Amino acid sequence: MVLIARAIVHERKFLILDEPTAPLSNRETAELFRIVRELSKNQGLGIIFISHRLPELFEICEAISIMKDGKMITTEAIKSINQKKVIELMLGKSFNEAHQKHQIPIGNTLLKVTNLTDEANFLKNVSVVVKEHEIVGIAGLVGAGKTELCKAIFGENANSSGEIYLKNKLVVNQNPSQAVKNGFALVPEERRKEGVLVDEPVFTNLTAASLKRFTLPFSILKPDREREKARKLIESLGIKTPNENQKVSLLSGGNQQKVAVGKWLLTDAELLMFDEPTKGVDVGAKGDIFDLITKLAEEGKGIIYASSELNEILNVTDRIYVMYDGQIVKELVTSETNEEEILFYSTGGQ
Amino acid sequence: MEQRALKIDNPIKKESPWQKPLNFINNWGTVIAIVVLIVFFAVAVPQFMTGSNIVNIMRSISIVTIIAIGLTVSLTVNGFDLSIGSTATLANSLVVSFFVWYSLPTGISIALALILALSVALFNAFLIVKIKIPDLFATLATMFIVEGVAMTYTGGGSISVGMPRLDGTPTNGTIPSAFALISQTPYIIILMLIVVGSVYFFLKHTKHGRYLYMIGGNIEASRLSGIPVNRYRTLAYVISALLAALGGVVLASQIGSAQINAGGGYLMPAVAAAFIGSSFAGQGKPNAIGTLVGATLIGILENGLVMMSVPYYSLNIIKGAVLALALASTYYTRRKN
Repeated sequence: MVLIARAIVHERKFLILDEPTAPLSNRETAELFRIVRELSKNQGLGIIFISHRLPELFEICEAISIMKDGKMITTEAIKSINQKKVIELMLGKSFNEAHQKHQIPIGNTLLKVTNLTDEANFLKNVSVVVKEHEIVGIAGLVGAGKTELCKAIFGENANSSGEIYLKNKLVVNQNPSQAVKNGFALVPEERRKEGVLVDEPVFTNLTAASLKRFTLPFSILKPDREREKARKLIESLGIKTPNENQKVSLLSGGNQQKVAVGKWLLTDAELLMFDEPTKGVDVGAKGDIFDLITKLAEEGKGIIYASSELNEILNVTDRIYVMYDGQIVKELVTSETNEEEILFYSTGGQ
Repeated sequence: MEQRALKIDNPIKKESPWQKPLNFINNWGTVIAIVVLIVFFAVAVPQFMTGSNIVNIMRSISIVTIIAIGLTVSLTVNGFDLSIGSTATLANSLVVSFFVWYSLPTGISIALALILALSVALFNAFLIVKIKIPDLFATLATMFIVEGVAMTYTGGGSISVGMPRLDGTPTNGTIPSAFALISQTPYIIILMLIVVGSVYFFLKHTKHGRYLYMIGGNIEASRLSGIPVNRYRTLAYVISALLAALGGVVLASQIGSAQINAGGGYLMPAVAAAFIGSSFAGQGKPNAIGTLVGATLIGILENGLVMMSVPYYSLNIIKGAVLALALASTYYTRRKN
């Protein structure tokens, strides 16, 4: 608001608003719209309104330009276009990559989250079910609440209400340490900040979550056992590193991510959450990570796969929850949906 | 194991021709400095290299080392405990008062002083972990509080054998000879080596030590790996306060009385020793052996300079400069990474 006020004071002719509603609540958004309308009507300001949230555009704009990959696709009057058409143009030609995932019979309910609301009141009444052998996608645009949901289940963010059941048993994840004991694992989005310890060697990263298994009485470490296990993991995950003593900061993004995933393979995690696991990961490592996730599902684990990359979600998951503004707005079966439909719901379509 | 292609995706950083010698100086600078100092003092002052003087140096660094080792543990979690000096003062006052005022037995007096010092740790942990005050500021506040508590407890004065309490109550306790023995050679040196050795083992070879370093390296990633970070940060401050208190008890044994702010002077050399130690042998992390080496460096410097008749009031200039150098080395390495 202050920024807009400053722009007005300077008596400019144009005002560019770049995702102005992202940090705002609904009420503030309405107030912003009122001001924007007034500015354009009474002061004759030209306004460019950039947004992910399509309903907003239909509410406030007169004309719409659609961009894709740095190129202008089209400019049209807002009245002559609808949300579906906008999504199609955003995606370009609708392509449906073959659903590569092989069919594994899905097992019993593993995780049930009911009416989860976080303390910041951003997540609102989120309910999620994950079954054994199942890979469940969480789709949604940046800021839709995917990361918050993963962290809330993992006990990192305080929850004000809601219950989490693992194998029909109520679990309390008040902090990540409890969540790990309860059989949860999270590969967080911010890899270098949250996923790996960049200054530590590969082997201590790999054993970080399961260090208890490598101790004698009095918590004395058995580094040889650690290194041996680490070497096996490096081999089986195809982590490209000269040896297990290499500092993680010297590995490429993809290999760092494999380390971040690898540490959970030494724990008893039954439910693994992946938050944007392919961010900053090269194509080769991406394939390895997909294979690994599929393999984990085959072993009977439950997987939550949160990503804003729709083609990945379509490729790897069995079922998809679409999030918008901290809520789950739609549940879809992967084999019966496509990018347009997911994008329609994740941009606020009803 | 099969031979894997040793290809790292990162481009290899170009090393300037100065990089190698600089790294070497950074990693082994402490040892080089010690050797240079020893040679220098040995030539300048003939009495320096005598056996009794070497024992003297070892003895003089014992208390600093014990306190500095505690600080080292708080540094591992990327914390900082400024309150160690006052905690030592508090323990000093407590233990002497138990003897002189209450005539308690040696073991109980020492144990009681250490246990009471734990409350300082818990208060620090409360401010830092729960209220989330940055370590440096939280322990700065604690430093003053504890100093004040110690002074209030002693009534703003010192305690020594035979001296009546401030309200005039005569005292009839004495300091047991067994207690005075703690600060005699070789016991004080053995105690120091035991502290260094056990903390070295704890940090390097146990799960807890590994966790402490991990938390210091990246607290977010550690928490998201399921490490109970708050519990371990509390533990770090507990160890720090315990060793500071132990230092205060040994100090009490040495001076045989409780003096106003007796431990305050140990803060600076302890900080210097721990930071000098961080760069020892290219560890780049606070570590027990390095801290011992750092304390040795300071001890030699101080001893040699006194022997060369440098006035005691000028020593701080040199000690401060050494601290600046140690910090420069630590932060220079950190920035490069």
